[in-house]
Amino acid sequence: MNVELKNIHKHFGTVYANKGINLNIPAGTIQGILGENGAGKSTLMKILSGFIQADPGGEIILDGSPVIIHSPADAIHDGIGMLHQDPLDFPPMRILDNFLLGQSGGLFPNRNAVALDFKRLADQFDFSLDPDSYVDALTVGERQQLEIIRLLWMGARVLILDEPTTGISSLQKAKLFATLKILAEQGKTIIFVSHKLEDVEHLCHQVAVLRAGEMVGETRTPYVTSKLVEMMFGKAITLGARQPGEAGDVVISMKDISLEDVRLRIKNVNLDIRAGEVIGLAGMEGSGQGMFIRACAGLVRPVGGRIQLKGQDLTGKTYHTFKRAGVNFLPAARLEEGLVPGLSLTDHFVLAEEPKGLFIDHAAGQKLAEERIRSFNIRGAPHSPVESLSGGNQQRAELALLQSPLSLVLLEHPTRGLDIESVIYIWSKLKERCKQGASIIFISSDLEEVLQYSDRVLVFFSGKVSEPLDAGRTTVEELGQLIGGKGWADMGEAHD
Amino acid sequence: MSQETIIIGLAGVLASASPLIFAVIGETLSERAGVINLSMNGTILLSAMGGFAVAYNTDNIILGFLAGMLIGALVALIVAFASITLQQSQVAVGFVLALTCRDLAYFLGNDYMGVPGPRLQAAPIPVLGDIPILGPLFFRHDVITYISFIAIFLAWLWIFRTRPGLMLQGIGEKPAAAYIRGANVNLMRYVYTIVGGALIGLTGPAFSLATRAGWMGTISGLDGFGWIALSITIFGGWNPVRGAFGAYLFAFLQWLGLVLQPVLTQVPSQVLQVAPFPLMILTLLLVNIGNAEWVERTLAAMPESARKIFSKILRAMRASPPAALGVPFEPD
Repeated sequence: MNVELKNIHKHFGTVYANKGINLNIPAGTIQGILGENGAGKSTLMKILSGFIQADPGGEIILDGSPVIIHSPADAIHDGIGMLHQDPLDFPPMRILDNFLLGQSGGLFPNRNAVALDFKRLADQFDFSLDPDSYVDALTVGERQQLEIIRLLWMGARVLILDEPTTGISSLQKAKLFATLKILAEQGKTIIFVSHKLEDVEHLCHQVAVLRAGEMVGETRTPYVTSKLVEMMFGKAITLGARQPGEAGDVVISMKDISLEDVRLRIKNVNLDIRAGEVIGLAGMEGSGQGMFIRACAGLVRPVGGRIQLKGQDLTGKTYHTFKRAGVNFLPAARLEEGLVPGLSLTDHFVLAEEPKGLFIDHAAGQKLAEERIRSFNIRGAPHSPVESLSGGNQQRAELALLQSPLSLVLLEHPTRGLDIESVIYIWSKLKERCKQGASIIFISSDLEEVLQYSDRVLVFFSGKVSEPLDAGRTTVEELGQLIGGKGWADMGEAHD
Repeated sequence: MSQETIIIGLAGVLASASPLIFAVIGETLSERAGVINLSMNGTILLSAMGGFAVAYNTDNIILGFLAGMLIGALVALIVAFASITLQQSQVAVGFVLALTCRDLAYFLGNDYMGVPGPRLQAAPIPVLGDIPILGPLFFRHDVITYISFIAIFLAWLWIFRTRPGLMLQGIGEKPAAAYIRGANVNLMRYVYTIVGGALIGLTGPAFSLATRAGWMGTISGLDGFGWIALSITIFGGWNPVRGAFGAYLFAFLQWLGLVLQPVLTQVPSQVLQVAPFPLMILTLLLVNIGNAEWVERTLAAMPESARKIFSKILRAMRASPPAALGVPFEPD
C-alpha cells in the first residue's frame, strides 16, 4: 500500500512534536525513520496508527485516497498495524488467545481453524511458536513474531515497527530482518523506526531523518554514515578510539562461584577484577548473565564459592551489606527497579543521601538537585517527576544517584534504547568513575558497545561462562558466534 | 451418621453456598474488567433487606430478586462512576459504600425485623430428582440454587470460551493492548461492573428469600459474607469454577462445624463456629502455593520427570490478578 503523509503537525501545549512533515512511501518499500530520542518519531507513528490525531490541516493518504484515523482499531481496519516497543500483548494468556483477541466474528471462535491459520503463517516466516504455550514464557523477540503474524492476519498491509531491535538477540534480529524483507517483496509497506544507524543502513530502502520534530532529510541506499549522523544530531559524532583502563589492585575476587535458579546452573566461575577495569557480559537474554550480575550485587545468593571485595568476605551477605561495601547496581528496568515513579528528581537525590535528622531540608535538597542536574546534564527540572523524563535522562539521573566513593558499579543494559549522543555521555561519566578507582561490570546486548567499552568480556551461553576474553583482541563476529553457542569447544578451558 | 443424613447435609451445603456463588461470580466479572467492587459486603446486606421488603410488600418473590439485582447494579454504578469516570480510588470508594450500605440496610430494614415473609420453595425436578444419591444431592433444590449451578458454568464459558470473554480478560490485563484491538475499554468496564453488581445484588435475596429467609437486622448473620466472597474471588484466581469450589468449601466447613458439635463435646462450640474461617485461609494458601519462591527452588532440585508433572499442576493452580486491576485507563 502506498502511504503518503502531507503536512503533519502535532503540538503538545506550546511544544511542537511534529512540524510540517511530508513523507511518501511507495508499496513494497522498507522506510527507515531515523532520529535521536525525542525527535518526534514516536509521535508521527502514533498519528499514523491512530493513537493520537494530528493537528487539523494535515492529511494521511493511503493508495491515493485520504483517510481519517480515529483509533488504533480504525488504523488496522485501514490496513495499518503497529508493533510497539513494549509489545502490547497479554503475558499470562496463551499464544492462541493473544492471537484471537480482537478478531471479530461469532460468539465462539473456532480455535482449531484459527490454530491452523496461525501455524501456516508462523511456518511461512519460519517462526517456531507453540500456540498452546503462554506468552510470558516468550522472549521479546518471540513476542514480536507473534504480533507480526497477528497483524498480518488482521489484514495489515502497512507495518510500523517502533525500535524493534531493542532488547532482542542478534539471531532474532536476523530473523526479523529476513521476515521484513519477505513482506516488502510481497508488496507490504514497512516503516522501521529506530535510532540505530547500523540497523537502518542494513535494512531500509530509504531513510527519513527527524530532528526536533522536523524532517531534516531523506536519503536512499547507499548511505553515508557520517551524513546520517550529522542529520540526526546536527553535528558529527564519533565513538572515538577504545580507551583501555589502567588496572590497579584486585577489587573483587570470585572463587568457584556457583549459581542456580529454576532454569539455569552456572558452575565454578573464577574471576578477579581490578580497580578501574570494565568487564562486559555478553550473551543472549536469559543465558545466566542476569543472575551473575545479581550475585555480584548480593541479590542472588550463590550456592557455592566465595566472593571477596577488597579483602572483605561478602559471601552470602545481603544486598545492603554489598551496598555499604561500595557496590551499586543499576537494573535494566529503570522505572520498575531503579527509580521511584511519582517522586521528583529532588526527592530522589534527597533519598539517596545519608539521612541527617528526621525532617527533609528542602532548601539543601533543591540545591543538591540543581547541582546534580547541571553536572549530569539532565534535561529536567528539580521538581520533574522521574517518569516524565526521557529514557536517556532517566539513565543520567540514575548515574547521578550512584554513591561516592564506589568500588564496583553493576549495570544492566546501561544504554538500552538511548541514542548515540546519550550513550557517549553516559560512558564518559562511567569512565570517570573508573579513573577514580571503581570497577564496572555491565550487561549489554549491543556487541559493539561491549567491545568498545570493556577491558575484558565474559560470554554466557545457557549457563556456561567463557574465560575472560581480551576485548581489544576480539571481534564482533567472534563474540556473535560464542553467544550463539558456536566455538565453545575451541576455547578448551571454558567453564562447564 | 446414616448415608441419608450425609446426603441431605451435603445437599444443604450446595444450597447454602448458592448466595456466595453469585457474589463471587459478580466480583470475578468486575475484577476481570479491572474494577474492584469493594462495596460487596454492604451491597449484600442492602439487597437482602431491599429484596425482602419488596417481596413482602408486593407478595411477589421474583420482584424481590429483581429489586436485589437493581440495588446491586446501582451501587456498582456508583463504584464505576467514581473509579472510571472520576478516576478516584476504588478501594476508598468501595470501602465507604460497604459501610454505608450496611448501616442503611439496618436502618431502613427496621420495620421488617422478624416479620414472616415469602420464601422460595424447593422445586424438585421430575425424574432427575428420583435418581438415587444424585437426585437428592443436585435436583431437589429451589430455583435459585439451580440458577447458581448454571451461573457457574455460564460465567466460565463466557470468560474463557467466547470472544467477548477473551476481550474481558484483555481489558483487565492490559487495557492499552485491548484498546488497540478495538475495545471500548471504559464502556466495557462500566458494563461488567454493573452486571457484576447485579449478580452481587442477587446474593442478598438469595439469603433473605431462600436459604436464610426473613430479615433479622443486625442478627441476620449476613454481615461478613461479602468479605468472605471477596477473598474467595481472589484465592479462586478470578475463575468462576475455582471460586465456586471455594464457596462450597466454606459452606462445607460450616456444616462440618455443626455436625461435629455433638460429637466433640469437649471442644467449645465457639471454636467449631469460627474454625471454617482459618481453615479456609489455610486451604486457599495451599492452593496458591505455586507462587512461593521456595516451592520453585524445591522444584528445581527435583529430577526432570517429577519436576515436569509438579510444575504442570502448579501452573494450572497458579493465579495472578488481572494486571490492570484498580488502574484507570485513558487512551493516549
